[in-house]
Amino acid sequence: MTKKTKSLSLNFGPQHPAAHGVLRLILELDGEVVEKADPHIGLLHRGTEKLIEQKTYTQALPYFDRLDYVAPMNQEHAFALAAEKLLNVEVPIRAKYIRVIFCEIGRILSHILNVTTQALDVGALTPSLWGFEERETLMTFYERASGSRLHANYFRTGGVHKDIPLKLVEDIEKFCKSFTKIIDDLEGLLTDNRIFKQRNVEIGIVSKQEALDHSFSGVMLRGSGVPWDLRKSQPYEIYKDLDFKIPIGKNGDCYDRYLCRIEEMRESVKIILQCIEKLPKGPVKSIDNKISPPKRDDIKQSMEALIHHFKLFTEGYRVPKGDVYTAVEAPKGEFGVYLISDGSNKPYRCKIRAPGFSHLQAMDYLIRGHMLADVPAVLGSLDIVFGEVDR
Amino acid sequence: MTSSLPDLEKLINSELSSKVKSSKIENNELLIETEENELLDVVQFLKSNEKCKFRQLIDIAGVDYPENEKRFELIYLFLSHEHNLRIKLLIKFQINQTVVSLTKIFPSANWMEREVFDMYGIKFKNHPDLRRILTDYGFKGHPLRKDFPLTGFNEVRYSEKEKKVIYEPVKLEQNYRNFDFESPWEGTTYIKEIKENKNDKKN
Repeated sequence: MTKKTKSLSLNFGPQHPAAHGVLRLILELDGEVVEKADPHIGLLHRGTEKLIEQKTYTQALPYFDRLDYVAPMNQEHAFALAAEKLLNVEVPIRAKYIRVIFCEIGRILSHILNVTTQALDVGALTPSLWGFEERETLMTFYERASGSRLHANYFRTGGVHKDIPLKLVEDIEKFCKSFTKIIDDLEGLLTDNRIFKQRNVEIGIVSKQEALDHSFSGVMLRGSGVPWDLRKSQPYEIYKDLDFKIPIGKNGDCYDRYLCRIEEMRESVKIILQCIEKLPKGPVKSIDNKISPPKRDDIKQSMEALIHHFKLFTEGYRVPKGDVYTAVEAPKGEFGVYLISDGSNKPYRCKIRAPGFSHLQAMDYLIRGHMLADVPAVLGSLDIVFGEVDR
Repeated sequence: MTSSLPDLEKLINSELSSKVKSSKIENNELLIETEENELLDVVQFLKSNEKCKFRQLIDIAGVDYPENEKRFELIYLFLSHEHNLRIKLLIKFQINQTVVSLTKIFPSANWMEREVFDMYGIKFKNHPDLRRILTDYGFKGHPLRKDFPLTGFNEVRYSEKEKKVIYEPVKLEQNYRNFDFESPWEGTTYIKEIKENKNDKKN
């Protein structure tokens, strides 16, 4: 006589350290095997898109820091590019280099957080302690350039807010040279670690076709062997002048995605070093005073500069009618902004395409048939940050 | 990497002639307008045709134009890895019209359509699981519609008396000021004053 068992439904989160934020995951379990996962999101929904509709383009930018708050400048980049495309402004070459440096710093920031917390989820504590020390250093770079560690608000339409301090470049270079050693150390702890491999190899496998169907991008796509990176395929800024490689996984499991992220950090370090070497001199924002504010000195001297300053910070600039979609390769995947302008000083509609949204959607498909203990491992490798999923 | 945007535009116009309402290339992006009842065919064509291969649905964006007769617009963004191209597909429709769901062709459309439903109240035919996604449990209204106020209708707080989280109508301690800098002479309209029949108290 066999006993009939009912499936158990389990509420994972919203307050669970392995949920990486405020994810509520309703799991249906048959013993320890997951039969169905239903992610409930939106617990961090702040109505970013609605708020942006009410703000001028300058005021809308800081909202992008608050989406994926582990790599804020990459998000700002997408919005700045969208506005620039509509306005058709030229960004000075130095600003492009500075932007790339800080976007790659953002990538390292995000990948350190993800790799180490994924390790934490499967039982390794030390990597996160080592990794977070480096993140702290990187965030001081953010602070020295923009004035704040997290919510930088540094990019502007037509360039960046201010030039970087002289010594900062040297310090970033010094950091890059020492950081490869840190990656080696992290790899020493994890890559061949028996427990880490047991928990990640052949867990959460995504095939090429499934990765396309589920709108995966970034590491989630590359981990499954699709050679696609917007920095290479649709290069923006100066990426086409830089020499870097795109690491690609083979099996599409959590372990391959981990390896991709580690390699991407090494590539980012290379990119930053190249940018520092080539960093040209010159202005860091557009010289068009209808878009970027005049220098403080000029305001004291010139009436016209004063008027420009006043108009820019009250009315803001008007953006020609039209719609554009721009995407950047953010650490988590393709982060896009679909911007509709009605010709006024505020966006009519700003749709934010967050990579994590599509990744989390596939949770049900990824976790079906796995054990309960694999849920944090898969969730960790998806690289979810709720700021961007919930918007 | 064979076709470029103008080639693609020509191809789509010749292959789908009657199904395409209009097409244009602006800011180096191709936008195709079609009718709601042709949507499935067009998407299927874009996904399977050798020269298109738009195998990834990037996003679905709703837009609200309250003054138009066809009030809502949906913009579907597609990406083709093979040809390294992007395309935008636009449909316009009235407020009560339901739109056909793309979940059969692109599984990832599921949450995107749920989001559009949540934000605009647009209903999708044959959607497997059309629930709200981003807003609160039991939320009323559709926040991204232009007639939905920025402050919302309800606010949430923890009540010491009832020992639980309670919902109350929004009480603004200070007026929400939406300055219209484009014409500096008219000033701002205060939501609170309209509600309270133009009280003289100024904040």
